Amino acid sequence: MTGTSHTDAVSKPRLPRGVRLKYDETRGEWLLLAPERVIKADAIAVEILRRCDGTATFAAIVDDLAAQFSADRARVETDARALLEELAAKRMVEL
Amino acid sequence: MTASAGKPAAPVALLAELTHRCPLGCPYCSNPLALDAWAEELDTPVWKQVFSQAAALGVLHAHLSGGEPAARHDLAEIVAHCTKAGLYTNLITSGIGLTQDRIKELARAGLDHAQLSIQDSDAPSADRIAGYKGAFARKQSVAEWITEAGLPLTVNAVIHRANILRSGKMVELAVKLGARRVEIAHTQYYGWGLLNRAALMPSLAEAEAAIAEVEALKQTFAGVIVIDHVIPDYHARYPKACMGGWAKRGLNITPSGKALPCHAAETIPDLVFWNVREHSIEDIWINSPAFNAFRGTDWMLEPCRSCPRKTIDYGGCRCQALALTGDAREADPVCHLSPLHDKVAKIAALREDAGAAAYSYRRMKSREPA
Repeated sequence: MTGTSHTDAVSKPRLPRGVRLKYDETRGEWLLLAPERVIKADAIAVEILRRCDGTATFAAIVDDLAAQFSADRARVETDARALLEELAAKRMVEL
Repeated sequence: MTASAGKPAAPVALLAELTHRCPLGCPYCSNPLALDAWAEELDTPVWKQVFSQAAALGVLHAHLSGGEPAARHDLAEIVAHCTKAGLYTNLITSGIGLTQDRIKELARAGLDHAQLSIQDSDAPSADRIAGYKGAFARKQSVAEWITEAGLPLTVNAVIHRANILRSGKMVELAVKLGARRVEIAHTQYYGWGLLNRAALMPSLAEAEAAIAEVEALKQTFAGVIVIDHVIPDYHARYPKACMGGWAKRGLNITPSGKALPCHAAETIPDLVFWNVREHSIEDIWINSPAFNAFRGTDWMLEPCRSCPRKTIDYGGCRCQALALTGDAREADPVCHLSPLHDKVAKIAALREDAGAAAYSYRRMKSREPA
């Protein structure tokens, strides 16, 4: 509706205030905290989300992930887009 | 106790009723009828200790509520302490008592999120529901100050007979106010809500129309605002998993320090509540008799005991079971499998001939002498 739920190469995704990625010592896992929500973040999600600092473009984030994990770039792009758009629909990521 | 016994999993949330003082008089308030007086409230150091212990135990979300939490002069100090302890802080406020400066101060202290109540989208009706002239107008300013301070905003609207026809309008108002999330919560009948049930309960037809309208808006506003919809209990087929299961996800601390498994738990007779002045949060979570009374499934009677849904809805709400059946161990009669389900149907049908009952506004009264 607002045109903000679509990821393109120049999007600079970020976690808005009120959404936090936190390593929880008690449970030994990464969590994404939002209003009335706690979502477990798997290892891939953590790597994607910790790069969403509002300065790096989506394309740069994908390049970085593909390089660091020697992974297929198209595959990384698909996964990262799916995650970010899903979280954007929940207002947990700004694109 | 659960069959697996051992230590219960760590709580996720702690709801701190910092005070029962509140300038509003909403007739559905979830606070108990006997409100804690100012003089009984925990002081700043004790609240800080509570939050430190909660964070160490594994609590993630600290909900700062009341009453009106802004009535506490140490609110920003408490927020700063929670932030330092790594807790996610959520301010649950009526907005009355907040100024733009105080909101900036809270934002600087690290507040993560603010939830503002709105009584209606129609100003005169909103003020009448709150029992406070000018509340609606003031809340519009507060919403603006919250978003200007960069804080994410949730609008909370409690739905009942006086505003149910404007359920959709309240979603639209929340969007206009810049909220990222809106809670459309049909009244739950405990405490003041139970006292005012005749004046609050909508008809089944009104409830069904309002639910359909709000569900449709979830599509309309997808990606713009998250709609959390709490549908009316008395018209449901299965009960809600109250509190996500008794003593499973979180705890409430009253202004005077009593630890409750849910905000209405004090209505259940013979439960023994421990106080944070005498016990640590961990000790309370694991050993308090009130928390262990209905933890897990061993306490259940039929039809819950052999029900395949017993670990989905945990037999529903203990306080509602008590209120409607006289025994807190019974199945929540909202469940159509309860032999007492017709009691709920009768109460839900009451509305048709209830007339326009007047509100008993929530007000501070001193407790009966012991």
